[in-house]
Amino acid sequence: MNNLTRQQIAWRVAQDIPEGAYVNLGSGMPLMVSDYVPLNREVVFHSENGLLGVGPKQTQLIKDTNLVNAGNIPVTLLPGGSFFHHCDSFAMVRGGHLDISVLGAYQVAQNGDLANWDLPQGRKAPAVGGAMDLAVGAKKVFVMMEYFAKDGSAKIVEHCNLPLTGLTCVTTVYTDIAVLDLIGGRVFIRELIEGITLHTLQAETDVELHVSPQLALLRPPALA
Amino acid sequence: MINKILPSIPDAARLISDGAVLFTGGFINCGFADDLLEELHTQGRRDLTIIANNPSVGERGMAHLLRDRRISKLICSYSRKEGTTLIEDLLDSGTLTLEIIPQGTLAERIRCNGAGIPGFYTRTGVGTPLAVGKEHREFDGATYIFEPAIKADFALVRALQGDRWGNLTYDKAARNFNPVMAMSNAITIAQVDQIVELGTLDPERVITPGIFVQHVVATRKP
Repeated sequence: MNNLTRQQIAWRVAQDIPEGAYVNLGSGMPLMVSDYVPLNREVVFHSENGLLGVGPKQTQLIKDTNLVNAGNIPVTLLPGGSFFHHCDSFAMVRGGHLDISVLGAYQVAQNGDLANWDLPQGRKAPAVGGAMDLAVGAKKVFVMMEYFAKDGSAKIVEHCNLPLTGLTCVTTVYTDIAVLDLIGGRVFIRELIEGITLHTLQAETDVELHVSPQLALLRPPALA
Repeated sequence: MINKILPSIPDAARLISDGAVLFTGGFINCGFADDLLEELHTQGRRDLTIIANNPSVGERGMAHLLRDRRISKLICSYSRKEGTTLIEDLLDSGTLTLEIIPQGTLAERIRCNGAGIPGFYTRTGVGTPLAVGKEHREFDGATYIFEPAIKADFALVRALQGDRWGNLTYDKAARNFNPVMAMSNAITIAQVDQIVELGTLDPERVITPGIFVQHVVATRKP
């Protein structure tokens, strides 16, 4: 089985971002998506700390610590970019102006419920940030995650048992094994990697998996 | 003559007493009024309530106040300090209480305070642990929760430039929560990197008009 690397999952998400989209990338793995948008597509990245038109990371020569993304990484601003304060930034998020929000997840339920902000059994202090706003505000919510949790259970579930971030908000889930569309409370496999059958995947997944009419092989390029 | 400019950071910090509730601008490590917060530590202020996006990274300012247990309550969207267990240790020891608010809801609750609006309904948080105990209401078939305006005694903001009327400009992503907190009903103290003559700021570039700002003080020279 040839599971996708984190870079390859980011590449796969990027292929589904259309020309002209306004997109927010959550911290962690989602921030990698901007590296893989096809060069002929113009996409405007929003960062909730008050940037539109986020460009590539700064080279070490510039080092402007007041020009950072929501992960505190020094970035550049593309021509046409803008700065704004937090209320305007979250009016963009909550007011339905963003086309796509890309988030990480601990669990996603078949009806699109998302759990991605708190692990009650852990000792880590809670940290919701902008996740609840992004989950309900964007027109589409893409989730990037490993298909299986560390304990071997599938992270796509019938009902989330972790604290929720948002209700029925996730539209598509991109994993290291499959791309899953959530439609009408059901899970449709749109793409699957080589070396695993639908039958095998279903056997390790509690929630019922349906086959998308567009079913295809999930085969990303080799990436560094 | 209107002159909102205070002579020094210590003069500004002396306005704030023990037990004060403070809006503190900044995001992760960007755009905090670090000199004012550090001076509160120097002057021995304690039992502070901080309303901010997150506990600041590093050792100065809010981080210093937190470490020495001068902050008794933290209201924020993101309470983790990556790479340390400071917040977890303070919570376990019972010396810090914590309230988590989604980032957009936090920003809007502060804005409401400054705009004379008692609160608002939002879809953010519906169905999550953060909606428990809140008023729920249907609008056009969707469920919303009520979030009240939030108030503080002082707003400590960081700006790039300020003049004696309190007009402020900001530097890139260091803007973040600062203009929102400046326009609250709290007493706003702006720590600015440059004090400029009245009339030199292009009116089209003023982000926070001086009506929202009570005091301006210069950042310490490095």
